[in-house]
Amino acid sequence: MSSNPSPIHEDLAPGLDPAARAWLDAALAEAADAGSSGESDNVAAAPAAVASWELRFAAAGRHCGQEHADSVRVLLLEQARAGLATLTRLYHQGTAAERRAVLLALPHRVTGPGALPLIEDALRTNDTRLVAAAVGPYAAAHLDSHGWRHAILKCLFTGVPVAAVDDLERRAHGDAELARMLADFAAERTAAGRPVPADLHHVHHLTGEES
Amino acid sequence: MRIFDPHIHMTSRTTDDYQAMYASGVRALVEPSFWLGQPRTSPASFFDYFDALLGWEPFRAAQYGIAHHCTLALNPKEANDPRCAPVLDALPRYLVKDGVVAVGEIGYDSMTPAEDTALAAQLQLAADHGLPALVHTPHRDKLSGLRRTIDVVRESALDPEWVLLDHLNETTVKDAAESGSWLGFSIYPDTKMDEDRMVGVLKAHGTDKVLVNSAADWGKSDPLKTRKVADAMLAAGFGEDDVDKVLWRNPVAFYGLSGRLQLDVPAPEALHEGNSILRGGE
Ligand SMILES: [Zn+2]
Repeated sequence: MSSNPSPIHEDLAPGLDPAARAWLDAALAEAADAGSSGESDNVAAAPAAVASWELRFAAAGRHCGQEHADSVRVLLLEQARAGLATLTRLYHQGTAAERRAVLLALPHRVTGPGALPLIEDALRTNDTRLVAAAVGPYAAAHLDSHGWRHAILKCLFTGVPVAAVDDLERRAHGDAELARMLADFAAERTAAGRPVPADLHHVHHLTGEES
Repeated sequence: MRIFDPHIHMTSRTTDDYQAMYASGVRALVEPSFWLGQPRTSPASFFDYFDALLGWEPFRAAQYGIAHHCTLALNPKEANDPRCAPVLDALPRYLVKDGVVAVGEIGYDSMTPAEDTALAAQLQLAADHGLPALVHTPHRDKLSGLRRTIDVVRESALDPEWVLLDHLNETTVKDAAESGSWLGFSIYPDTKMDEDRMVGVLKAHGTDKVLVNSAADWGKSDPLKTRKVADAMLAAGFGEDDVDKVLWRNPVAFYGLSGRLQLDVPAPEALHEGNSILRGGE
């Protein structure tokens, strides 16, 4: 939760061309201003005039390149010290790319379970970019067992590699209900003459409940 | 052959269309927001639609190796419904998004005072956001509609060279060209405009600032019309470079005015298990 220069910034800056780096520095300064004035979590103030750092948040892809957009947006959220209210609003008003950045920032920005509705929203989509970002450390810490098991199945259904699932080993271990769901899914695939995803076997093994 | 369809409503099309478009050479497209056939009754319904054009639809397109961008606006038909007019107030927060490469489709439908207001306001929004505008010309009373459109553009803060006048034909191309705007032609499977007439227009008018689109949507339409025009051009003696100019470089130049085109979408992976879109468990 600190606004110190982040390790992401050190990794990111060398990959940007001079124009993008200048844009990023200006954007981070605006976000830091908002962060220190404490205005960045004022949900009521937002619709009247969009904060300049939020415009930067939207424009990150075209200024820094799509490949850097996630990192740049997460950095901006950190610099602005965006809290639950701001993150929730930015998610709901965001493009898929912006929503993804909010999901990636959650573990650093939100301590309690208050952002779970965003995780649940992302897990209802079939957009694999969102599903993959939703199963990070925040979901591992806060998603209940039912939701977490369905998140695993969602990954298997949509082809999101389970390597994206944070804390998979610990949460899967001893989960007999997850093992049952995986066995049923495998049986359904086999009945349809379709291959069972390798990731399914991997997770089933991690449950330690293979029969 | 690389093709950019500068006007197609993919929300209304299937994944078979995406696959066929990729196979015919389509590598990029722009989806303008428009009327969905069923009138909407609230701004929230527009916002869900705009979100789809900035989320799900580019995701679908990318799976078929096609770069998807959009234009956003309150369309003229629904600008006439006071319940929908507040969409105009929310547009600024959408127009800053990556992926939005113009304001559109705007223009006239029945040439009402409400349409006057929406057109002028949205040309101003385009100017304010450094975006070009996709302006469609009405299907009914086309020539007088075009002339009125050109007048409104001239009075606006937006440079006519930042405007694409769409759905043109032989009767409107001359006035449109004299206005300095870009010239869009929608090719339909019916009598409005077909590929042979399009070749005739290109012969008479040249290829400068001309864009060709399928305008395919939920009505009778053909998402492969861009390729059919390319083939008709080659058959009529145009060169590959002419085809590339009309079907790729001109749309890239026009929408590139936004500074937001990102055309490097990776080629699709081999479709696995015959399951061509990620369906999820539902
Ligand atoms: Zn259209």
